[in-house]
Amino acid sequence: MPAVQETIEQVRSIDVDQYKYGFVTDVEMEKPAKGLTEDTVRYISAKKGEPEWMLEWRLDAYRRWLTMKEPDWARVSYDRVDYNDIYYYAAPKMNAAPKTLDEVDPEILRTYEKLGIPLREQEILAGVQTSRVAVDAVFDSVSVATTFKAELAKAGVIFMPISEALREHPELVRKYLGTVVPVTDNFFATLNSAVFSDGSFVYIPPGVRCPMELSTYFRINEKNTGQFERTLIIADKGSYVSYLEGCTAPQRDENQLHAAVVELVALDDAEIKYSTVQNWYPGDAEGRGGIYNFVTKRGDCRGRNSVITWTQVETGSAITWKYPSCILRGEGSRGEFYSIAISNGMQQVDSGTKMIHLGKNTTSRIISKGISAGRSQNTYRGLVSAHRKASGARNFTNCDSLLIGDRCGAHTVPYIESKNASAVFEHEATTSKISEDQLFYCQQRGLSAEEATALIVNGFVKDVLQKLPMEFAVEAQKLIAISLEGSVG
Amino acid sequence: MLQINNLVVQIEDKRILNGLNLTVNKGEVAAIMGPNGSGKSTLSYVIAGREDYEVLDGEILLDGQNLLEMEPDQRAAAGVFLAFQYPLEIPGVATMTFLKASLNAQRKARGEAELSTPDFIKRVNAAAAKLEIQKDMLKRALNVGFSGGEKKRMEILQMALLEPTFCILDETDSGLDIDALRIVSEGVNTLREAGRGFLVITHYQRLLNYIVPDTVHVMASGRIVKSGGKELALELEANGYADYRQSDAA
Repeated sequence: MPAVQETIEQVRSIDVDQYKYGFVTDVEMEKPAKGLTEDTVRYISAKKGEPEWMLEWRLDAYRRWLTMKEPDWARVSYDRVDYNDIYYYAAPKMNAAPKTLDEVDPEILRTYEKLGIPLREQEILAGVQTSRVAVDAVFDSVSVATTFKAELAKAGVIFMPISEALREHPELVRKYLGTVVPVTDNFFATLNSAVFSDGSFVYIPPGVRCPMELSTYFRINEKNTGQFERTLIIADKGSYVSYLEGCTAPQRDENQLHAAVVELVALDDAEIKYSTVQNWYPGDAEGRGGIYNFVTKRGDCRGRNSVITWTQVETGSAITWKYPSCILRGEGSRGEFYSIAISNGMQQVDSGTKMIHLGKNTTSRIISKGISAGRSQNTYRGLVSAHRKASGARNFTNCDSLLIGDRCGAHTVPYIESKNASAVFEHEATTSKISEDQLFYCQQRGLSAEEATALIVNGFVKDVLQKLPMEFAVEAQKLIAISLEGSVG
Repeated sequence: MLQINNLVVQIEDKRILNGLNLTVNKGEVAAIMGPNGSGKSTLSYVIAGREDYEVLDGEILLDGQNLLEMEPDQRAAAGVFLAFQYPLEIPGVATMTFLKASLNAQRKARGEAELSTPDFIKRVNAAAAKLEIQKDMLKRALNVGFSGGEKKRMEILQMALLEPTFCILDETDSGLDIDALRIVSEGVNTLREAGRGFLVITHYQRLLNYIVPDTVHVMASGRIVKSGGKELALELEANGYADYRQSDAA
């Protein structure tokens, strides 16, 4: 049976090592000196041509950051980051703001081509893809291209790099920036506030249903560089938007820091769907290299009957520290969190959500599926709280963990706080292992051990996959299969 | 077609099969009967390739191929099918999806083209109708929340769909009421044909009224201790396994 032998060899050679997006793009970059001082902050702000108030905002954040300590409560261990040994800004040398794709370095365009991210509108319109998605492509510290801007503008939708929004719509940015994740929220968010370089800005006007999916694609390319992106999405009264972010990075031996902040604001009757397919480089089989993904994501259901839904598929990063949360302020507002977190190799995941019920009759729903393989550790950490005034608050939480093999760990740490007697919180949790019996049963029907594992895992995460926009669900499903290759046998 | 020579198997240092010899010819339905703990289920698992068993000696040949050198999924592609005594539940995986994945995996392993979706659906529906399986059951997660009888019918549906050359039925009658037993047996009988062999493992003669065997083998202490025609099953029904248990002790 030589064919099968070949398959076995192939599967053996695959581990977390085989990361499909690990290539490096060779492009000339401009960077300030390594390390972080007030000058670094000024440098970034000047590069972006920001208004004075923005520089002051950043400097204030920087000064506060100096007094803060890196948090250590998460169930992850790693060598602390030397904040003076990284670059805080790295931009491809090119025109300050490329007007058309022809002005973008062809090497960078090729990078996105290789990653399968469509940046040429005409090709998309030519019908290569059935559904259209507007993309903002962020390469290290700057946005290199944003598609469908004109068409979106017709609907009144603003979709542009946040650095551009600071110049073109300063009043909107100023009104909302830092109102969901305050400057001093936490160590990484404060750092981000001081040095954030780019990210996306979205504003949907009242009553508008955004005519297409919006997405941002983050790529860390440069060595020893941190990526600090900032995303701000505002859905005005009665509007709707669905947004997706994707991320990859080259394979490198040293760790790289990614400390992003995402803020969502939903006003009365507005709805925001935010989906993430996170596939940062996870490090090699021995745990060398990989991205430290220390991210603060929070949505504010500020208006009555507003809805914010977080859906995430997390397969990458050496360490994940991330809790996309909802503040349920508006009466009758709803927060949802659907998560699939897969860890393999030496990955460590500490992720979950916070649902903070402040308003009356607010509801929230948490469905979390954690899958651990290899020697990884996977922790769900979640907070559900009801404020004194949150009468009639309801939450349903379901956390399931699946273990593959016997060297990994799954942990569930739920926190529940209720200060209102009428709040009803439900929590369900299960931990299971793919049983030898299930695997044997599937193999007896002709599936290989890998195919059987992928099938069982896909069954396990089905509820959450269904929440992703159609075109990404397929991608996510493939990603899950790749992430788990080599985890059995 | 199936030839087992001097098979010696242990699990966790406990000897289960002790030099078992058995031949099943093409087109033959062979029944294996025996008391609890005689090694009947072990035999079915070892043929199908379950990991936990240690084969110390002997060989299992299917049409001349040595099964013991193959992974379970390779054995399945080579034509071995085991209808489980306790079929496993696969949450979240629709039965249709599972059937399609299995069938195509086997076809791929044999170098055949994958079946188109309409062809596949046609085949499943035809097989399901014969076994009185409702279509909405095919949309549900495999075996999750199925009754004992439904699970067994689903095993036979898979057997019909995968068209194996050698079928093992491990205590398929356990937990079945008389109607389900009839449906399942009819399902099996329609699959009887010249090129296909069956190994029917059971405690009770009852199943053999429906699936009439060509040969009957009595198993005790990990060996075949007596072989005969279908009348042997009736004899066992009348006298029990007491004789064979004594012969163990001796």
